[in-house]
Amino acid sequence: MTANRLAESLLALSQQEELADLPKDYLLSESEDEGDNDGERKHQKLLEAISSLDGKNRRKLAERSEASLKVSEFNVSSEGSGEKLVLADLLEPVKTSSSLATVKKQLSRVKSKKTVELPLNKEEIERIHREVAFNKTAQVLSKWDPVVLKNRQAEQLVFPLEKEEPAIAPIEHVLSGWKARTPLEQEIFNLLHKNKQPVTDPLLTPVEKASLRAMSLEEAKMRRAELQRARALQSYYEAKARREKKIKSKKYHKVVKKGKAKKALKEFEQLRKVNPAAALEELEKIEKARMMERMSLKHQNSGKWAKSKAIMAKYDLEARQAMQEQLSKNKELTQKLQVASESEEEEGGTEDVEELLVPDVVNEVQMNADGPNPWMLRSCTSDTKEAATQEDPEQLPELEAHGVSESEGEERPMAEEEILLREFEERRSLRKRSELSQDAEPAGSQETIDSGSQEVLSELRVLSQKLKENHQSRKQKASSEGTIPQVQREEPAPEEEEPLLLQRPERVQTLEELEELGKEDCFQNKELPRPLLEGQQSERTPNNRPDAPKEKKEKEQLINLQNFLTTQSPSVRSLAVPTIIEELEDEEERNHRQMIKEAFAGDDVIRDFLKEKREAVEASKPKDVDLTLPGWGEWGGVGLKPSAKKRRRFLIKAPEGPPRKDKNLPNVIISEKRNIHAAAHQVQVLPYPFTHHRQFERTIQTPIGSTWNTQRAFQKLTTPKVVTKPGHIIKPIKAEDVGYQSSSRSDLPVIQRNPKRITTRHNKEEKL
Amino acid sequence: MKVKMLSRNPDNYVRETKLDLQRVPRNYDPALHPFEVPREYVRALNATKLERVFAKPFLASLDGHRDGVNCLAKHPENLATVLSGACDGEVRIWNLTQRNCIRTIQAHEGFVRGICTRFCGTSFFTVGDDKTVKQWKMDGPGYGDEEEPLHTILGKTVYTGIDHHWKEAVFATCGQQVDIWDEQRTNPICSMTWGFDSISSVKFNPIETFLLGSCASDRNIVLYDMRQATPLKKVILDMRTNTICWNPMEAFIFTAANEDYNLYTFDMRALDTPVMVHMDHVSAVLDVDYSPTGKEFVSASFDKSIRIFPVDKSRSREVYHTKRMQHVICVKWTSDSKYIMCGSDEMNIRLWKANASEKLGVLTSREKAAKDYNQKLKEKFQHYPHIKRIARHRHLPKSIYSQIQEQRIMKEARRRKEVNRIKHSKPGSVPIVSEKKKHVVAVVK
Repeated sequence: MTANRLAESLLALSQQEELADLPKDYLLSESEDEGDNDGERKHQKLLEAISSLDGKNRRKLAERSEASLKVSEFNVSSEGSGEKLVLADLLEPVKTSSSLATVKKQLSRVKSKKTVELPLNKEEIERIHREVAFNKTAQVLSKWDPVVLKNRQAEQLVFPLEKEEPAIAPIEHVLSGWKARTPLEQEIFNLLHKNKQPVTDPLLTPVEKASLRAMSLEEAKMRRAELQRARALQSYYEAKARREKKIKSKKYHKVVKKGKAKKALKEFEQLRKVNPAAALEELEKIEKARMMERMSLKHQNSGKWAKSKAIMAKYDLEARQAMQEQLSKNKELTQKLQVASESEEEEGGTEDVEELLVPDVVNEVQMNADGPNPWMLRSCTSDTKEAATQEDPEQLPELEAHGVSESEGEERPMAEEEILLREFEERRSLRKRSELSQDAEPAGSQETIDSGSQEVLSELRVLSQKLKENHQSRKQKASSEGTIPQVQREEPAPEEEEPLLLQRPERVQTLEELEELGKEDCFQNKELPRPLLEGQQSERTPNNRPDAPKEKKEKEQLINLQNFLTTQSPSVRSLAVPTIIEELEDEEERNHRQMIKEAFAGDDVIRDFLKEKREAVEASKPKDVDLTLPGWGEWGGVGLKPSAKKRRRFLIKAPEGPPRKDKNLPNVIISEKRNIHAAAHQVQVLPYPFTHHRQFERTIQTPIGSTWNTQRAFQKLTTPKVVTKPGHIIKPIKAEDVGYQSSSRSDLPVIQRNPKRITTRHNKEEKL
Repeated sequence: MKVKMLSRNPDNYVRETKLDLQRVPRNYDPALHPFEVPREYVRALNATKLERVFAKPFLASLDGHRDGVNCLAKHPENLATVLSGACDGEVRIWNLTQRNCIRTIQAHEGFVRGICTRFCGTSFFTVGDDKTVKQWKMDGPGYGDEEEPLHTILGKTVYTGIDHHWKEAVFATCGQQVDIWDEQRTNPICSMTWGFDSISSVKFNPIETFLLGSCASDRNIVLYDMRQATPLKKVILDMRTNTICWNPMEAFIFTAANEDYNLYTFDMRALDTPVMVHMDHVSAVLDVDYSPTGKEFVSASFDKSIRIFPVDKSRSREVYHTKRMQHVICVKWTSDSKYIMCGSDEMNIRLWKANASEKLGVLTSREKAAKDYNQKLKEKFQHYPHIKRIARHRHLPKSIYSQIQEQRIMKEARRRKEVNRIKHSKPGSVPIVSEKKKHVVAVVK
């Protein structure tokens, strides 16, 4: 309702125009009426025509009701005249007469006149005004929307918003408003004035100006370029010299020196040709140098350096060479030469290198050095010996066994062990050849080995020796029996099976013993217990090893048995139930089961569940914490692992947790992830700005501290949202601050600024 | 022969001067720092605790008035100068740095109802119960001269509030109607009315300076346009609004301090729903003032406390009270956004820190970095229950505390009743009204 009225009032002006249009419409409607009259007449005519169709009175004259061709004052008729009367015909004379025009106008006005609506009451008008004003204001304010949004979302706001530009007044302004007051200032100004130092604008003395004018820009540029080039060249040269000076290569220096000497020689030759006097002088110089050398004995082996070199020369090839070089130099210098060997400069350069009188040892060693190293020699010989020993195929495994046992026992330089071993080997081979009695052998081994650590070794050796001897004895027996293939079978046994080999002989022997019980018993009885005992003493792993797999096998068997039992258990249980009913039920059940089985042929749900549960249990178990740090207290690096001891030391065993709640519930998994104690410290609901818990977690997991971030990143991460400067007044935001142009329009009310307009508007409203 | 040696560049570990910090090389590989979250959590916890430890917001009390302080005004150009008007017609000018009164004027007979400074800071205006508007010079009179106002306007009715335009020599007073005055004239340029109740306060918009807001005792807030000399819109709330304050950074936002213990932040273009309802006070809110950054505002209440609200939060972040502070009548946030002043019934003006635990004075760069880091940590872990609990913990006077409990019970009862009503009536017959809309009675165009 109100809206309608509002619309009406708003459209009041436009309605005015429409009203002006209305009269035309009325005219139109009138003409339509005329048309209606016309139709009536036609209708009349038509009726007459139809009636005239009758035969009797075919032609009936039109009845005349009034005088024709005489226009009465009160009635107008076109009947009889035969033509239509048009309204325009009637109006034609009116056009010319002015008196009628006014009448017409009045007529039209009367026709167009309509009742004017009542003016809106004051409240309504005010409301309309308010609404229009509000819309306008809202529009003005909406320009702030982007600014407000930007400021609300800004990462950082620095207040005050407007940048205060430090007002730097030009120097003239400062100076013009400033006067020298104190005596010091006055003095300074006097000085400045005396020297014609300008106080204001150009700040250049006349002298400076003149100097500025003295050289043209082009010239200055050229000069500068030249200087630059010179400086660059100099620096290049310096750099080169420095580089060359730094070169440590003796060879290089030698070459350089030689080159210099050659050059000097050439020059000298030339000089001799061109200027004999100068050449003579030069010659004298060389002679002088020789004399100096002879006097000072600089290049003899008397210097500190030379002495130390002499000691070193025993062992060091380079030192020796250096000494020899020095000697040769000395010789060179002290020789009486016609040609100058070196200039003085070079002598100064080579002062450090000197020597003489090498001790005999040096030469001796040098002689030796060409030959093979004694250590190397030894190893070579040992190698050859080894090769010799390796000829015997049976010896090899034993040797390796010793190596293994030794490495387990203690660590010693390999060379020594090898030597010892070799000695043993030699002895053994000797013994083999001579086939000495068994009693003598242990004594021999004791003789050779004295250190305590090597006693174990010796015992091992004894053991192996005995085993071997067993072999041999068996072989002998075999040979005596004539079973050669057995020996052949034994011989190619691979090295890996060595522990087995070591063990087997006993067993085999026992078996053999059984076979050959009757033949030789006394001998075997003596032999057997000892190796067994010794095997226990040595505590060799190979002895125990065969047992381990055996146990494993047993365990496996047990497990298999259990499996077997568990799988069989249902049938066992069913046995307890009465048989007849059982059968019936069984069939039904079986059918049912069968169906289910067929339905879920592919997946074993129960097993899956059990597996899942097992995994859950495993996952929930507290894990051991390994705090070993590689490289602490020992070497670390690629391929190196911290020692077992260390790992043991730093492994924190997780305490056995409380029993699971679902321990006795086979088909239930109760999650024990939720920790009540921890829950008190955890965020229970997703905080407001976040839409997903991942988002929140991610923000928590990214550290912002300087411990985990670089300085720059830290600064960026910890920028405060709002920065204010102490002591700075923050003014409300202004349009200019955000790039809008401020309205130049005054905020003063319209009434005050232009009261006339308002009044006219009011008048208009009243008119309406 | 090449000799391989360990070599280090001294630039990497030697300081240039003794005063430099020792360089600590770090490996930032996250794999090497597995406990970053727990460590930061602990740091955040410590920061929060320290914040509470160092929260000592009260700075000074300015005493000298012989009656309750009724109104406060900031100097627009000088941070240290504050003006206050008391209930006995006395106006005092204070120096905050020296914390003393520098000038006293007996301005009116009866209350000084309103006080405002000119935008340039050379003079200030007061209105009082004696139906006068007086303009005073900011600088005191010379020795021996009498304390006299520059201009005095005698009105027909009592003026209850005054505010000065932010750019032009125009001010507005309120009483029976809102009058806009030219400083040079004794008659108002224009008067705007809408309804017939007395208007308690009028405020110019600091950004779009032709806008005004006023609140009247017939529970409404009216907005005016000075250019077109017409009111724009009116919103009627549940209870009377005591005063409003425009946001100095957002042209269309203002906050109204209401008698129903709440504050309402409105967008003036959509008055039918407040943007935010701020509730924490337990008695009528008497005054409100925005921080110059526009991010927070402070409210003074009849419940003898002042509270600081973030603009976008419905709950306050801080509450200040002292044993001796009575009903707080007026409050102002200083122009550098660092301090808060409040004038109360018991004749004192109190100066508070806007940030309770902030260190005053110059900070070194390391202190600043630590402060920023702690602030960010507190923000990051603010949702964690323990940290939240510590950060939220405030000691309250018993009266306020018990009032809060009581009102909580009342609110809960009301809520329960509403829920029951909805539950036991035909679905849809009882509309569910949101908290924001509940308090707006009508918007009149």
